[in-house]
Amino acid sequence: MIEVRDLTKRYPGRTAVDGISFTVGRGEVVGFLGPNGAGKSTTMRILSSFMPATSGTVRIAGFDVFHQPDEVRRRIGYMPENNPLHIDMRVRDYLKFRARLKGLGIGRSRDRADRVIEQCGLKDVEKRIIGQLSKGYRQRVGLADALVHEPDLIILDEPTIGLDPHQLRSVRALIKELGRQHTVLLSTHILTEVEMTCSRVLILNQGRILAADRVEDLESRFSQDGRVVAEIDATPEAIRDAFRDLPEVASIEIQAAAGSFQRVAFTPRAGEDLRPLVFEQVRQQDWSLRELTRPRLSLEDIFIQLTQKKKGGDL
Amino acid sequence: MGVFLTLVRRELGAAFNSLTGYVVVAITLLLAGFGLMDIVQRLNSDRTPSPIPEIFFADGIVFWLVLILTTPVITMRTFASEKALGTYEALMTTPVGEWQVVLAKFTGSLAFYLLSWAPLIGVLVALRQVTHQPQLLDPWAMCGVLTGIACIGSTFLSIGVFASSLTRSQIIAAMTSLLIGIGLWTISLRFSQADTTGDRLGRLMDHLSVTHHMQDFARGVIDGRALVFHLSMTFFFLFLTQRVIEMRRWK
Repeated sequence: MIEVRDLTKRYPGRTAVDGISFTVGRGEVVGFLGPNGAGKSTTMRILSSFMPATSGTVRIAGFDVFHQPDEVRRRIGYMPENNPLHIDMRVRDYLKFRARLKGLGIGRSRDRADRVIEQCGLKDVEKRIIGQLSKGYRQRVGLADALVHEPDLIILDEPTIGLDPHQLRSVRALIKELGRQHTVLLSTHILTEVEMTCSRVLILNQGRILAADRVEDLESRFSQDGRVVAEIDATPEAIRDAFRDLPEVASIEIQAAAGSFQRVAFTPRAGEDLRPLVFEQVRQQDWSLRELTRPRLSLEDIFIQLTQKKKGGDL
Repeated sequence: MGVFLTLVRRELGAAFNSLTGYVVVAITLLLAGFGLMDIVQRLNSDRTPSPIPEIFFADGIVFWLVLILTTPVITMRTFASEKALGTYEALMTTPVGEWQVVLAKFTGSLAFYLLSWAPLIGVLVALRQVTHQPQLLDPWAMCGVLTGIACIGSTFLSIGVFASSLTRSQIIAAMTSLLIGIGLWTISLRFSQADTTGDRLGRLMDHLSVTHHMQDFARGVIDGRALVFHLSMTFFFLFLTQRVIEMRRWK
């Protein structure tokens, strides 16, 4: 669906995107992850043919973004950063207006507007003025706009920024729903968002792709070498004895926790998931267990690891 | 064509949904009111008053004040506010052509500008009824005035649209077109009053003088050269606007 090759965008005095290449297949939901200023928005603007690249090629659904921009625009539903809307218009009028701009006929625009209003849960507010809606509803209007001309590809630039937890949940659910029928490329700087909605992730920093992987693979690669933490009700000595002879466990760290519990951190030998093993051991010893987790990494952690690794490699 | 009309309707909608739209109408009506007081005074004092269109559109400065003050305010929004709000990005990532966008924004501005003149035209017609002196408001002179309002307005509006396409600040857009407008007016005033019997430059400048054009129009003289001049000016500035947009899009 998307083929990007050696894409570079230079602004005067600054390189925003530095020779990135990636592909996105039909039906995939891909997350663009990276800190602010990593080049996410720039890349998305080039993909949606809002602005030209300095060099490199982008093909969307087989059409070149630079040479056949209108073909590309017809096939993309793009929600720009900060979700700009005409705030003086009413929801349904706005969606009809956008459908017309995207080349749909009058009757078809009406039908599609009704369809996306239903799809995005906007039925209650379809006659309201957009400027009077809450941010969550506005975000849905933005999504409805992106969908209204039945595009093959949906590009969303930070679709959940600035939402409260309830709105966040409903917008994410909506995006996930969209992923069933469309190819979606979305950008964010929140890792959990990618986990919840995307099948694959591209990590971008300073205009370069640091990692491109499936979410699970990325997590196992970076989840602190698979460390598992458990809180077990036993003496430190007993815990050490129980786990000492297991070949999968590389090392154990024990700290006293509240009550008679111990907080134990297990490090596996070869990236294995130790959770079933720890549970099995606890069960055999008939201890009580009140926590068993593999600490989740934030984007920040993964990001720092990636950049450090990179530096190490360069040196 | 359908998309073009959709865009024009959007432009008009935006004008009427914004405060600036009503400010423009208010300015126009206020200034026109002053002009009207002037007319009434002259009609009372002069034994053989000049026709109303000449008093109002040729001798007085009301028309020029309205033109110079309102056209920047009407057009400043067109591109600058869309850029500032980000809706420009949403607009330009749809498969609409640059010319469609430029022409729609211009047409929307022109329609709003003409609508803001409508109440005044009504007042003039009423004045004709009240004075019982039909020669004061000859229908042909009225046609000339309308042509003048539309033609000279087009030039000023296209300058405003162009200024708006250069920036994302509505203030800068308005100031730029205001300056160009005042410049155009003062130069025209200077040359239409100059002695034009002599050198060729003087005569050429007289042909280009917008105040001279309006004097003709107010007398009911629709001069083809003036029409061509304003159509060319309008096209020229809209062409520049289109180039600016295209350049920004595919630089």
